[in-house]
Amino acid sequence: MNYIEFTVFLLPEIVLLVTALAVIGIDCARRGKAATGAGGTLASASLCAAGILVAALIILIMPQEGRIAGGMLVLDPLTRLFKLVLLAMTLVAVLMLMETRPVRHVGENFAVMLFAAIGMMLVVGTEELLVLFIGLELTGISLYVLVGFARSDIRSAEAALKYFLFGSVSAAFLLFGLSLIYGFSGSTELGEIGVAMQAGGMEPLLAVGLVMTLVGFGFKVAAVPFHLWAPDVYQGAPAPAAALVASASKVAGFFILAKVLLLGFAGAEGGAAWGGFQPGWVPLIGVMAALSMVVGNLAALVQNRVRRLLAYSGIGHAGFMLIALMAATPAALASVLFYVVIYGLTTLGAFGVVTVVLRAREGDRLSDFAGMSRQAPLLSFSMLIFFVSLAGLPPLAGFFGKFYLFTSAMGAQAAPGGQPGMLWLVLLALVMSAISLYYYLLVLKQIFFVEAAEGTPVIRASKTGTWTCSILAAATIVLGCYPGILLGPIRLAVGAAF
Amino acid sequence: MIEWTFISAFAGAAVLLLLPPHRKMLARIVALAAACIGFGIALAAFFLFERGAGAEPFQFVVERDWIPALGIGFHLAADGISLVLLLLTGVIAITGVLFSWNIEKSPKQFFALFLIIIGGAYGVFVSFDLFLFLVFYEIVILPKYLLIAGWGSTNREYGAMKLTLYSILGSALVLAAAMAAYVVAGLGSFNLFELAGVAYAPAFQAWAFPMMFLGFAVLAGIWPFHTWAPTGHVAAPTAASMLLAGVVMKLGAYGALRVAMPFFPEGLEQWRIPFAVLAAIGILYGALAALAQRDLKFVIGYSSISHMGFVLLGLLTLNTLGIGGAVLQMFSHGIIAALLFAVVGRMVYDRTHTRELADLGKLRLSRALPFAAVTFTVASAASMGLPGFSGFIAELTILLGAWDSIPLLLLLVGPGVIITVAFTLKALQASFFGDNTDSPGTVPALPPISAPERVGAIVLMAIALAVGLHPTPLLDLILGSFDSALMSSLLK
Amino acid sequence: MDMSAFPFLSLLIVLPLMGAVVTVMMPRNRPHIAQRTALGFALASLGVTLVLWSLFDTGSGALQFVERVSWIPALNADHFLGLDGLSLLLVLLTALVIPFALAVPVPASDTRNVYYALLLTLQAMITGVFLSLNFVQWFLFWELSLIPAFLLIKIWGGPARTAAAYQFFLYTFVGSIAMLLGFLALYLATGLFDFIALAELARTNGLAEALGERFAFRFASETLLLIVFGAVFLGLAVKVPVFPFHTWLPEAYTQAPIGVTMVLTGLLSKMGLYGFLRILLPVFPEQIQAMQTVLLALAVATIVLSALAALAQTDLKRILAYSSINHLGYCLLGVFAVVTVIEPDGGRLAGREAALSGVFLQIFNHGLTASALFCFVGFIETRSGGLRGVADFGGLRKVAPVLCGLMGISLFSSLGLPGLNGFVGEFLIFKGVFSLNGWAAVLALPGLLVTAVFILRILASVFSGPLNPDWRAFPDLSVRERLIVAPAVALMFLIGIFPAPLLNLFNETVIITFQLMP
Repeated sequence: MNYIEFTVFLLPEIVLLVTALAVIGIDCARRGKAATGAGGTLASASLCAAGILVAALIILIMPQEGRIAGGMLVLDPLTRLFKLVLLAMTLVAVLMLMETRPVRHVGENFAVMLFAAIGMMLVVGTEELLVLFIGLELTGISLYVLVGFARSDIRSAEAALKYFLFGSVSAAFLLFGLSLIYGFSGSTELGEIGVAMQAGGMEPLLAVGLVMTLVGFGFKVAAVPFHLWAPDVYQGAPAPAAALVASASKVAGFFILAKVLLLGFAGAEGGAAWGGFQPGWVPLIGVMAALSMVVGNLAALVQNRVRRLLAYSGIGHAGFMLIALMAATPAALASVLFYVVIYGLTTLGAFGVVTVVLRAREGDRLSDFAGMSRQAPLLSFSMLIFFVSLAGLPPLAGFFGKFYLFTSAMGAQAAPGGQPGMLWLVLLALVMSAISLYYYLLVLKQIFFVEAAEGTPVIRASKTGTWTCSILAAATIVLGCYPGILLGPIRLAVGAAF
Repeated sequence: MIEWTFISAFAGAAVLLLLPPHRKMLARIVALAAACIGFGIALAAFFLFERGAGAEPFQFVVERDWIPALGIGFHLAADGISLVLLLLTGVIAITGVLFSWNIEKSPKQFFALFLIIIGGAYGVFVSFDLFLFLVFYEIVILPKYLLIAGWGSTNREYGAMKLTLYSILGSALVLAAAMAAYVVAGLGSFNLFELAGVAYAPAFQAWAFPMMFLGFAVLAGIWPFHTWAPTGHVAAPTAASMLLAGVVMKLGAYGALRVAMPFFPEGLEQWRIPFAVLAAIGILYGALAALAQRDLKFVIGYSSISHMGFVLLGLLTLNTLGIGGAVLQMFSHGIIAALLFAVVGRMVYDRTHTRELADLGKLRLSRALPFAAVTFTVASAASMGLPGFSGFIAELTILLGAWDSIPLLLLLVGPGVIITVAFTLKALQASFFGDNTDSPGTVPALPPISAPERVGAIVLMAIALAVGLHPTPLLDLILGSFDSALMSSLLK
Repeated sequence: MDMSAFPFLSLLIVLPLMGAVVTVMMPRNRPHIAQRTALGFALASLGVTLVLWSLFDTGSGALQFVERVSWIPALNADHFLGLDGLSLLLVLLTALVIPFALAVPVPASDTRNVYYALLLTLQAMITGVFLSLNFVQWFLFWELSLIPAFLLIKIWGGPARTAAAYQFFLYTFVGSIAMLLGFLALYLATGLFDFIALAELARTNGLAEALGERFAFRFASETLLLIVFGAVFLGLAVKVPVFPFHTWLPEAYTQAPIGVTMVLTGLLSKMGLYGFLRILLPVFPEQIQAMQTVLLALAVATIVLSALAALAQTDLKRILAYSSINHLGYCLLGVFAVVTVIEPDGGRLAGREAALSGVFLQIFNHGLTASALFCFVGFIETRSGGLRGVADFGGLRKVAPVLCGLMGISLFSSLGLPGLNGFVGEFLIFKGVFSLNGWAAVLALPGLLVTAVFILRILASVFSGPLNPDWRAFPDLSVRERLIVAPAVALMFLIGIFPAPLLNLFNETVIITFQLMP
């Protein structure tokens, strides 16, 4: 065990930690002065941004690759890429935090965001159950705090409590499941667990462990029927926190879920082709995917608040991604990872816009978006891009993402006679995706075609907000036209990892 | 060079979005310029296309890598069928801009969306990579919605949403079948020619064909999934109605012809008759429904269903005349429907603010707007399929094809044609030649028909007439396309 | 210069079209200028037609002045115009009737330039029908003639014009679609749209064979050909019209303005008859033979029933409308009788010739007489303020002797009085039909008698009798009006007394037509 090696491998996380502590320190030092002032926000935000950038730079230039301590820390192209993605998303969340109304102890808010980022980076960068669990918990606890940060808002508190209760129960399930799997395989390392599973059979206790693990992850990625926390959290949490929950946390969750399933549960897939059912985790995921798509998209149809709408649509998107996970191939994994990044980017952007609207109109009902296109044209255009990408229309990234996702899924589990076995799920997904356009259009209709009522406050976006959203929108367009920019590295990295 | 058709349209859209909002005239000119450039390129391609024995069936080929990981290429080409539809798109682009010259509400956004649809249509007609095709095919969905919801008239939000959802549900079916074909073929390539060359298992074709064909046919307005079309066309602003009926419905028919049918010949064989029956019912039903309408724009909306029924029927005859006629009908109906919508939406409705036949009849329109009356009379004659206009040659060839292939369906089609005459005549006399047409008395003062409208109408009328009287250039181009392996595989 | 190379026939079609364009551009507030322009073009057409007549070689039954250019090679459709005796006869009639119709008064309207232009357009289409020898081109003119006719009735017609115009268009169109579908089947089987080639093929029995090969499903090839024949027959029968497809006619004739009614009865009905002679007889002779009894019965019904219907009418226009159907019925009788199978020794060959010549002549005469009669009704109507019931008048002879005299001559011509044009045609038809199908001729005779009754009734109750006091100031024909009708009345006498030039014109065509028959 070489501590220097540890330190080097964890250098980005350490940088973030130091930054977080520094932010808290400055916050303490300024206490007594106007702790809620804009100056404090700006200082903390700049510091955080600097820390994130330094961490990202380190990841980029760090020469080391490899696994240490039995997979506790893994550094390969894939984990590096996703750490970068997570950092980028956190950066956006930090910038969004600047846009929200300042609360007391704003520095703590920034710091906790960084803690969450550290947790997610740990999750992404491990192939070992214990570190995985620690990372998840660190992320979880940070996010509970973030969600409840708007102390004066009862909804924020409610959301935090719900999130906390659901989260801790899910953590318990996960821990129990993981311990059963450890008991079965005698190892906490994913690769060895996979080997053991392929050697053994589907024993009852293992099956219980498998189900429990999936339940635990189901909470994390907000898949039906473990999704109930999501709408309240998205709705109640301050927008930047919700954005982080919706994007980065989801990316990390899917990343590790995929890794656990593909590495650890290899050999216990089973089958979910129409008429070709076999026990294993694939049918379980299949049920979750189908339910998520249907419930998420149908429930989103009737939402009147944009954040709830985004929550339900997020549940639907989780369903889409789960489909491709069922394919259980590296190619399909690449499609899931591509999609989750795109989804994260667009959701983040959408929350960015919601943040601006919330600040101006103090609400996120559909009608609060009325007349936005006249007051903030660039922001409205960005929202159009995000939503249309989420709906999966070309030439935006979401279209290619879905296309790739569903094609990968279609290729899996060939039924007798060479027919694509998962056609039923893909068809369901396509139809649900088509339906999703309806509710996205409802919001866009308000933005573009409904005039703001007399006396509604004018939406004014700050430069930072506008630029952040515009850059995200531009990225969505560019990635839609040239998906190779992101797809190439992901495929390379996946190829290297598997 | 063929790629410049859609590049010019998209570039035009981009330029428009960057213009300052108050430069309205500049926006119009930019839009017109972009439309003219696109048409010019299509026209140049039409003339440069090598014809005759020994000429390559697919010319102007562009092949570049795009997303090599999935075997997706930037693969463009054009044969006679593509060229005819490119020309149609170009004409509709120009005339659409001319008929929207008076738009005062955010013209730059309006024209930008308009040009995006045009660009998408160009793209569809020249794409020979399945993924690229689908990208262009779906690009048009959102601008359609925005155009209708933003600039439409009666019931526009309902019409826009219905149209959009039908479109996207149709393309969901198409996407599913396309992905399945890609996966089952196992070539790791989206090249249309390669995918069409695969012999898919009959059991696979048996469901993949109806799925894909239906997906495309929804956009072409196949009965009973046509209901989006009349409401959408009615709600849309004039240029969008022209574009929807003129070009966008053709995208569906083109997709069916270019993708669904060559991919799954055995599925086609199995499902040909049921779909042909639906098409024939569409001809009759569209005509009957049009006969029952009281709103002039609805009459035209339903007439489009009837005419698109001819296209689908022609495709399913699986002989040169039928399919060739279907392509010609795509062109012809594009022109004629655009003309009809232009008269009703722009010339009449913008001035009278009513489209009820009963109200229009009292306005003595033939006297108040003589130019519009002439245009509508010509368009009606063309729409009825009277000889001398493009529709006649197209329907004639389709009927020939149908006689040869599915003669019993003519029992449905024949009455459909007659009812088409009945409703067109009814609409014509009720709207423009009301009972007081020539009695003395005051003529309501309506703003005169403007120069852009006149130019647009004359262009469309001239084309309908020119193609009707001299269809050979287009017809030979279309029929020449059946020499290629892709198209000749369709013929029985 | 070789005059036969000059595209006279295209010129005949294009000239009125150009006239229409020029006329419509004439000032709206000065209709007389428009009328004179239109008349000028119509007379120019007449001039060209006369030149054509002079150049026409009556000694040859072959097609002359043929123009043939490939038009839509994919459909084997050519621009194919040609002139034989039949075509020339009808083109001549067209060139005569149109200026006549242009000269008569027009209902009050301030868009008369459009009216005249549409009449000229109609002339172009009608001429096209009489000259085209390829189905696609022929059908183009056939269908397009509907549009100007429809608009003319719809805009300038009487109180019930909307329904009349609509009915007129739709009835004709239903027939046309049937005909179109029939021809499409023929084309699929033979690859031909060319009337001449189709007739040639029919003569060698190739038509049924080809159909049988192409559509080898349940029916025998003869049955198929019979179905196709039925479809084509329907298309033509509506246009003539043949009983029971005539119901659109009285309404359309009554509601149309006088000038248009003259064209409808004088020319549009002839389009149908022309179709019978140009298409049905040469292409489907055996089918007509097979169905001869039925067809003759239809012809007889057309003659007798329409005469009876005319008797029951009180409106002058309606009487004349039914009388028009009646006279066309004689032509049908002749056409259907001609195909009667005859022995080669030729006893009844003369019957064929007589019947067919009679039909040709009757076509011309009816066109002339019927349009003249409607013209007179128009004159009466303008004087009576729209009244035209038989009972509304009486004793007009006393106040308007010239009007009554000239109209009387026309009525007698219609009746078939010897010495006037109507007699020759009807006499020849009956002569021929008697020798071919005596029963049909006998059955048709009551038609002649009833015609005499209702025509005499007009004479008696409108012209004679006590003068209706309302019409004491009934003006007689003005000089202008006399000039308008004078040529027509003169022609009635001329043809009645010297039918030879006309007979010569189409004699060869008649001979060729019936010689080709089985």
